[in-house]
Amino acid sequence: MMRSDLTPLQSGLALLAALAALAGLAFSLSTFTTAPLLALVCSLGALSLVRLIWPFSLWLDGALALLGALALVASLPAEGSMPGHHWLALVAAWAFAWLFVERLSATIRLGKLPETGTGLVIPIVFGLALLVAWEVITRGANVPPVLLPPPSAIGARFLAETSILWADFVQTFIKSVLPGYAMGCLAGLGVAILVDRSPFLKAGVMPIGNFMSALPIIGIAPIMVMWFGFDWQSKAAVVVAMTFFPMLVNTVAGLNAASAIERDLMHTYAASSWQTLMKLRLPAAGPFIFNALKINSTLALIGAIVAEFFGTPIVGMGFRISTGVGRLAIDLVWAEIAVAAVAGSAFYGVIALIERGVTFWHPSVRGGRA
Amino acid sequence: MTRLLPVLTILLAILVIWYGAAVPMNANWQVTLNNRADLVDVPLTTFAQQTWSQDKPVLPAPHQVISEIWNATVALDISSKRSLAYHGWITLSATLLGFAFGTALGVLLAVAIIHNDASDRSLMPWIIASQTIPILAVAPMVVVGLGAVGLTGLVPKSLISMYLSFFPVVVGMVKGLRSPEAIQLDLMRTYDANGWQTFWKLRWPAAMPFLFASMKVGIAISLIGAVVAELSNASGGGLGVRLLTGSYNGQTVQIWAALFIAAGLAAILVALVGSAERWVNARMGARA
Repeated sequence: MMRSDLTPLQSGLALLAALAALAGLAFSLSTFTTAPLLALVCSLGALSLVRLIWPFSLWLDGALALLGALALVASLPAEGSMPGHHWLALVAAWAFAWLFVERLSATIRLGKLPETGTGLVIPIVFGLALLVAWEVITRGANVPPVLLPPPSAIGARFLAETSILWADFVQTFIKSVLPGYAMGCLAGLGVAILVDRSPFLKAGVMPIGNFMSALPIIGIAPIMVMWFGFDWQSKAAVVVAMTFFPMLVNTVAGLNAASAIERDLMHTYAASSWQTLMKLRLPAAGPFIFNALKINSTLALIGAIVAEFFGTPIVGMGFRISTGVGRLAIDLVWAEIAVAAVAGSAFYGVIALIERGVTFWHPSVRGGRA
Repeated sequence: MTRLLPVLTILLAILVIWYGAAVPMNANWQVTLNNRADLVDVPLTTFAQQTWSQDKPVLPAPHQVISEIWNATVALDISSKRSLAYHGWITLSATLLGFAFGTALGVLLAVAIIHNDASDRSLMPWIIASQTIPILAVAPMVVVGLGAVGLTGLVPKSLISMYLSFFPVVVGMVKGLRSPEAIQLDLMRTYDANGWQTFWKLRWPAAMPFLFASMKVGIAISLIGAVVAELSNASGGGLGVRLLTGSYNGQTVQIWAALFIAAGLAAILVALVGSAERWVNARMGARA
């Protein structure tokens, strides 16, 4: 008799996990000597059926999932594909992880565990589960590394090639992305403030700016490479063109965000239009400007890397990716992607942090969720 | 008319600046050409016209781009490899396929997220993180990789489009499906509506405005994804390939023409989603 503290979904997962472990155990008895750890995990998983009469803590489910992941990675065969019962163990470990996450989030929702801290565990578990599944499947099923290298190979390559990756990072991110981003955003901000003075210009620029934001501006990359040469200048130019329009549109919209009553107040203070701009309208436009800054942070990196496909000096992330594909060094390409992802996330995160500091008054920040 | 006039003024200004910029940008090469042809003291008006009609200008004049578009679409047989209509169709089909996949995936994920606490907590941070991977930058590699497993043609490109377009749909739909207020959900409960009915009669209609706003963003980036994904495979065709071959051969007019076609496609697609939005809103009795 299943105890009622589990939802139907959770019970189903628990059953799936235990049965997969049981089946894995049955098959692993024949190969007990090659992977004793896995057999142990399978028997523990099968033992989890005792929850039918004797429910246990969700942390035990988490421990089972973790143990299963460790055992799977440890018992991966050096060559060839892995035997069938390993796949059953993978299913069991995945189901345990899912069950753990389900039960944890239900507990948080009931208020029995604090949101901060434990709330972070869930996405981390999901990410780790994905990594382990990736590692086990690519190595276990003998996926050719040219197609999809396992994370361990990517990590090894990352550590072996740090100097190359750093040089690429400096060329693409420090030299191309940051100057282009700064110039594009400042230009967009400046033009928006200028355009804002004239309702006529505003009515003309806004539809065009909105339209341009939707266009594949990235396509000007070959033209910019022709105009500005192979080095970072052409990449920065692409980034400028890509970041300009989102900034323009958002700032113009943001400058209208201050309400009429607030503008009237500035008027009664006899504030000049410059003072109104600096003390009321620009601060009020803050959330919009930061929205554009965040959109642009990802656009800028993409623009610089794609522009490098059209011609670069022999350094840079886009160059490394395209040549890496050419000589089938896919693990290096993935290491480069990891660098780009980390750089992009960090860039975004820094801007989000600055936003929290600058627009502390906005409801979305005060509410505790950015 | 009052709304059109400012836009037209700005467009005219852009056109004037464009023609003006074409003269100094193409001037160097034109001077070389004229020296070779022993032309001296060319009057400025003639010189300007010369710079606007070069074969491979640094900056082609607008009329050159437009005539190239005309020559490459209407004047050519549609099955010709040089026809921009042919290449545009390749890009468009990949875009639409990817957009359809992406929207479906986005809606499914959003439904899973609003109905299940654990998937909200585990998926949402990773969906956001997935967008910091510059997939566009590695799109050509993904296409090559998928080609190695035998997936060629439309599907790899549309997978890139899908990856890009599902994100705005997920984010918008999660917001939209959660937009009914507690009082409305309570009303559904007093009607004894089950989860299915609450979804179809309250949450789904309430999410429509969010869905269309997301789809407008999604279809624009779908197109970008398809164009960039084409950069890897020069034999496959598509607007991206026209950009690439144009850049290798210095055919600037060809690049600009492909860019303009892509821009036109984006405008048409966004406008189509916009009119579908108005139609659905009107059917649902929204105030205009």
